[in-house]
Amino acid sequence: MSEKILVVFPHPDDEAFGLSGTLAKFVAEGAQVTYACLTLGEMGRALGNPPIANRESLPLIRKEELIASCQAIGIQDLRMLGFMDKTVEFEPKEVVDAAIRSIYEEVKPTLVFTFFPGYSVHPDHDATGASVIRVLQELPAEERPKVLCIGFSHNMVQDNGEPDVSIDITNYLVQKRNAIAAHQSQFQISEMFGNEDIHSEEVKQRFGKEKFWTYSFQ
Amino acid sequence: MIPIQKDAIQKQLDAFANEPLYIHLELTMGAYAAHFDSSKHPAANFIRNAVIQYSQGSIEGHGPYRVGLKLEHGWVYAEGLTHAVEDEDGRIILAGINSEGKLVVAFQLSKQPF
Repeated sequence: MSEKILVVFPHPDDEAFGLSGTLAKFVAEGAQVTYACLTLGEMGRALGNPPIANRESLPLIRKEELIASCQAIGIQDLRMLGFMDKTVEFEPKEVVDAAIRSIYEEVKPTLVFTFFPGYSVHPDHDATGASVIRVLQELPAEERPKVLCIGFSHNMVQDNGEPDVSIDITNYLVQKRNAIAAHQSQFQISEMFGNEDIHSEEVKQRFGKEKFWTYSFQ
Repeated sequence: MIPIQKDAIQKQLDAFANEPLYIHLELTMGAYAAHFDSSKHPAANFIRNAVIQYSQGSIEGHGPYRVGLKLEHGWVYAEGLTHAVEDEDGRIILAGINSEGKLVVAFQLSKQPF
């Protein structure tokens, strides 16, 4: 049976770095992917260099970039939840939980990707991951989907060990590159991949694997 | 955005004096400042769509620029402004953009909420 995947992140571009290769691989294998993106990253500092956006035009530009990134990956179902960048941790928890619960109940995913709460550096990342975990914690253990987390704080490995899931994405580096490139107000793609050939050994070594921590519920 | 043209901004500030306005004022180092350099003390703030009214507003300096607004009971101040939007809605949208192309400060005024 192919997977039904729910991805929950707060910012356009969160999907591109950590797991675009993994999602492209699952999609190629027949998975159905729903991506719930909580904000439009409207308070981001990067406006393109030279600037292609300003504080007021950024949300619309990032929305278009998000749609293009999802197309590059092959994500079939994008939900933009309308929260404001930087404010997720200040929303009433029940409001964020209800938004995520409603999508969970509709999609009934077999696999969920989110940020590891407490280890994901940006307060929106931690608040988003914490909400996903709260919602899934309510479920009976036998109904609970597997949850794979991304965490990148400096104490992540020290506290949680090495990631237990490693996905080989060497055949999906083009999709990953294109997903990152779609966020052109945020990144200069040349800074990420240099001018390396996408199929070069160096790029495969650096970007060929995406790693996750399986979340263990209490 | 284009580099600030001081005279044009001063004209806009004069035109906006003595009426209620919505302000967006923001200063940010970015959410990852300490992640990339532990010696950094990350700080940021923003206030969006608070209503103010000023009797006197001016843009000063030779670039980056400063803006000050004299309120009935206090002041609004922003420093480090470099760029402006030529805004068809008559809003004042200024930003300070650093050498990496990142926004570090924003100062915006509008007759309508942002």
